[in-house]
Amino acid sequence: MTTQALAPDAKVHRSLFHDSAREHVTGRAVYVDDIPEPRGLLYAALVTSPVAHGQLRGVDASLARAMPGVHAVITSADIPGRNDIAPIGQGEVLFAEDVVEFCGQPVAAVIADTLDQARKAAAAVRLDIAPLPPVLTISEAIAQQSYVRAPMRLERGDVDAAMAGASHRLSGRFAVGGQEHFYLEGQVAFAWIDEGGAISLHSSTQHPSEVQHICARLLGVSQAEVTVLVRRMGGGFGGKESNASWVAGVAAVACRLTNRPVKLRLPRMTDMVVTGKRHGFLYDYTAGFDDEGRILVLDATLAADAGYSLDMTAGVVSRALTHIDNCYYLPAVRAVGLACKTNTVSNTAFRGFGGPQGVVVMEEVIERIAHVLGRTPEQVRAVNFYGGAGREETPYEQPIRDNVIARVVDEAMRLSDWDTRRAEIAAFNAAHPMIRRGLGLFPLKFGVSFGALHLNQAGALVQVYADGSVRLSHGGTEMGQGLFTKVAQVVATVFGVDLDAIRLSTTSTAEVPNTSATAASTGSDLNGWAAFNAASAIRARMAAVAAAHFDVTPEDLRFANGCVGPAAPDNRSLRFGELAKMAYMQRVQLSESGFYKVPDLHWDGERMKGHPYYYFSYGAAVSEVAVDTLTGEIRVLRADLVQDCGNSLNPAIDVGQIEGAYVQGLGWFVCENLHWDGRGRLRSEGPSTYKIPGSRDVPQMTTRLLEGNPASVATIFRSKGIGEPPLLLATSIWTAVKDALKGLGISTTLPVRLDAPMVAHRVLEEIERLRGGASLT
Amino acid sequence: MSDCITFLLNDKAITADGVDPATTLLDWLRSNPQLRGTKEGCAEGDCGACTVILERLTAAGSIDRRAVTSCILMLGQVDGLGVRTIEGIGAPGTPGHFLQKAMAEGGGTQCGFCTPGFIMAGEALLRANRAPTPHEIHDAIAGNLCRCTGYRPIVAAFQSGATQYRRHADEAGAAPDDLGQRLGAIAATTAGERSFVAPGRGFHAPKSLSQLFALRVRHPEAILVAGATDLGLLAGRDRNPPAELIAVSGVAELNELGSTSKGLTIGAATTYLDALPVLIAVWPELSEYLARFGSAQIRGSGTIGGNLATASPIGDMAPVLMALRAQVRLASAGGERTLPVEDFVVGYRRTALASGEVIRAITIPPRRPGELFVAEKLSRRRDQDISTLTAALRVMMVEGVAQDCSIAFGGMADRVMRAPAVEAALRGTRLLPETLVPARAALAASFAPIDDVRAPAAYRRSAAANLLTRMALKLTRPDLELELDRL
Repeated sequence: MTTQALAPDAKVHRSLFHDSAREHVTGRAVYVDDIPEPRGLLYAALVTSPVAHGQLRGVDASLARAMPGVHAVITSADIPGRNDIAPIGQGEVLFAEDVVEFCGQPVAAVIADTLDQARKAAAAVRLDIAPLPPVLTISEAIAQQSYVRAPMRLERGDVDAAMAGASHRLSGRFAVGGQEHFYLEGQVAFAWIDEGGAISLHSSTQHPSEVQHICARLLGVSQAEVTVLVRRMGGGFGGKESNASWVAGVAAVACRLTNRPVKLRLPRMTDMVVTGKRHGFLYDYTAGFDDEGRILVLDATLAADAGYSLDMTAGVVSRALTHIDNCYYLPAVRAVGLACKTNTVSNTAFRGFGGPQGVVVMEEVIERIAHVLGRTPEQVRAVNFYGGAGREETPYEQPIRDNVIARVVDEAMRLSDWDTRRAEIAAFNAAHPMIRRGLGLFPLKFGVSFGALHLNQAGALVQVYADGSVRLSHGGTEMGQGLFTKVAQVVATVFGVDLDAIRLSTTSTAEVPNTSATAASTGSDLNGWAAFNAASAIRARMAAVAAAHFDVTPEDLRFANGCVGPAAPDNRSLRFGELAKMAYMQRVQLSESGFYKVPDLHWDGERMKGHPYYYFSYGAAVSEVAVDTLTGEIRVLRADLVQDCGNSLNPAIDVGQIEGAYVQGLGWFVCENLHWDGRGRLRSEGPSTYKIPGSRDVPQMTTRLLEGNPASVATIFRSKGIGEPPLLLATSIWTAVKDALKGLGISTTLPVRLDAPMVAHRVLEEIERLRGGASLT
Repeated sequence: MSDCITFLLNDKAITADGVDPATTLLDWLRSNPQLRGTKEGCAEGDCGACTVILERLTAAGSIDRRAVTSCILMLGQVDGLGVRTIEGIGAPGTPGHFLQKAMAEGGGTQCGFCTPGFIMAGEALLRANRAPTPHEIHDAIAGNLCRCTGYRPIVAAFQSGATQYRRHADEAGAAPDDLGQRLGAIAATTAGERSFVAPGRGFHAPKSLSQLFALRVRHPEAILVAGATDLGLLAGRDRNPPAELIAVSGVAELNELGSTSKGLTIGAATTYLDALPVLIAVWPELSEYLARFGSAQIRGSGTIGGNLATASPIGDMAPVLMALRAQVRLASAGGERTLPVEDFVVGYRRTALASGEVIRAITIPPRRPGELFVAEKLSRRRDQDISTLTAALRVMMVEGVAQDCSIAFGGMADRVMRAPAVEAALRGTRLLPETLVPARAALAASFAPIDDVRAPAAYRRSAAANLLTRMALKLTRPDLELELDRL
């Protein structure tokens, strides 16, 4: 079958609810820490560095070893294989060796009979550390040229000449903060010894294959000796890619060394201190533009806080650079990405993966241009959108062939009733002495594919049993995003059966090997295609059996409503299970592993040129905010969101992704503030000090999926990825707050400059700056 | 000799034998009966994933059901009560059933980890209120965090679940239930003073002041615990609770609650949930401020006395009590004494409590005609957040002019404090924003706030001065909407 010709009962493009919803609401959904512990399970607790930077001269575990219930204290010296947890580069250590590089870095683990014994003993391990001066901020890192890798550069045209020739120029500096994932289920893994000494693990991971590979590396065994299983996570958001791997690594090493099953679950505070976060960025830019506000040239430096090690920072910076253009054509551009090494936790993947930190640059530039020229940001955006002859190629040479920017912006403006509300807000602001309201737009273009070419592949295993029931395994992981439901919809569509006929299997490296992380908004496309290919192969074999039975050609057969038979008016049919039995009796293979790789991708990482994204996803958002000028408090009042999902596989699930992502983005822009003290200790280390949005922080939201815009390339059923793009729609909150603060100053010569997150103290400080420190009463 | 902690778990009587009484209810649920639908998200009472319902029979014979965070509740605290978990709800016809269906079918779950906690918060809400408004739904789930959905479908599911339940209950009536009887029986078997002892731990639950005083003599090192919303973090998050604990919640004399012509008396062990209606009846201006105190779970456990005794510089109740010129009644075996609240709080987490003394009650003088009141709280998140800054002002207005007044600030010093210089500067003014310059100057001279995770000192200084303006505007310009939430 093709993905185009669908039976009326096809299960794709339908709003079916999450496959685990009933288990979720009854508390019966099992997460790693809920799995009954095997007999003799031991618990692990981490010993971490109390300083941000220092020479590790010794680990004295004598006291801890003598404590009740303690089985082992494990340091780097005890690791059977290589002490290396790097997901991409090498030389990132599980346990510190001779130097500690951030406050919270794991140095050892204590393994004991009970959790309390393990934690108590961990507190009794003495670390001898000679402190060294730490680098704690991006600025300090730049000043010391402290980087985790060489700068990256995306360049087009003669930037210096274009800058010299521009009739207007402006420069600026701003920053955005990092973000804690705050998945509700903390990091957890447990390992046990299987037949013949092989190790198996339950891991709350988005990347079972990486857990497998890193555990094998730590243990010094082949990858075949390690099996990793994950049924579901209690949230991931990118935080359970590389960080899940080392958590599982501790469990695996401890299991090997003690010959007992071992569980490591990070308590919330530990989790927040020892696992990586979204990268904060510091930006410096100069832009040249003409009298109409058209950008002629952009020269920008994007400095990311990598933390102490590489992790996935190269990918994050690369995506930031390739999203600096967002929806705007930049005739000449030089964007330099710095991966700054600081003595803080190593930052990692987080929904958007550098994209959010890339698109803010042009939004800032556009606000500034509008301010200089006395136009609205909307006018300046409109003259800079991609489109028109010679304005359709990204700075990295990928042409834009599916441009719907103008359309999504129009829809968002209409949905939000922009003009009417603009007038209402102006009237409100004129009348109210203390509260300012603001309206902000943000248009989005987001490239979908893994930046690392090899990751754009997937596998699946589909098995039809002799009674017609189906077992579906694929390399994707379920973290709440509804991936399992979507892939099951694909397989149910191929076989023409109900979703109930399909048993979803725990993701296992033993069933599908060499998988990619469930990340980069690619989960349903990659795994959906792999499952589609597997199911289609089986269907073709079953069709041959049915064709012989009905004496028709396979093309004449319909798989629908749980039956297989010739097309109407011929009303003969077999139930799917009857056909499966028939095929089995005829010794027809009813299982298949499917494979898929994304076509047409290429990328030259050195030059930063090529075709890195299979397609683009578009969106637009309008947010309205209210700002209390007395306190700097912000409330987001309303959000109108338009998001391109191609032909959505499941509109209900996609709406859930859009709303959830927007609110997570709201948190990043408004209230989630990471706070390190002067010694590099994270002080926002629990939910009492690090505030993610609560139910009241959510505005009235209206969400529209862009209709009639199937993916222009052959994605699974012409759908588009939805995991990350809508998080960026929250950028409209930033533009709305800046809108609200406009005109507050005693003169209008000062542009609004506001770093994210826009916590109250930052907003009030900006209000006072705009007013020139004037009294507020 | 040790008593056995006895309670109802999902309708069944349970005797927890040989258990450390300071084990958290969450740990016990997950490890002992292996009920694992209740999740640990933070172990500090801040995310709601561990929400369960505590049931008790009231004196009036009704059943009091309240959502609590089981991660900071110690097992000894549930002696004599009913505990209901996600495994014990959802029978056809009950609120949970309708909520579960609405949440599952309405996209109210994504990863599902927070879901049992939301369902339990919803069950508690609908048992008490069949027709909650959106505002009441937000109040009920302010202590529950979800990182996936963005909450909209959860709130929508609560509304539709409530509608379904209401329709059903209106038609079918309440299902017969002998829970009240069971709760009465458990309460009877656990009446009187109780003591739970395990190796290295004592947990004592006196039921009268005289028992309490005797225990303090026997265990001078023991720590008093009421709702455990602060101390419970030692058990849950830090896994290092005190060796000896005296739980005061069951002490009859500490549960006084009443309003007379002499004012309000609120027993120290009164929970916020119970105290709020009494307070708000006299000071309705407090309702919004107090609804932002913790979460439903925290207000159902936390007590007025406990909040005052922790003497936190950012405790939410102290500024209000100081502005209302409340008194603290302290009791000991030797008798009682009374202190103004501002004299009770003597430093950073330090109080005037003498050894052997307990807070018996708070008394608040009656409201006089012409007296106005306003309280403000700044925090990073509107709900379930510890304050960055608080301010409370009570002022007697005579013909538009401020006379006697009291103002107190939290988050501006090492303790919550009155600001007499500001009071002096306010007196005689009409509280118009332009007349506040001296008060702002007095405020700036009164406090030297600090930088911390919640805000820099400069913000606290500016924002505190601006809160004066906001409070004055609220009192003088009722036409002006100053609440962002009501826009």
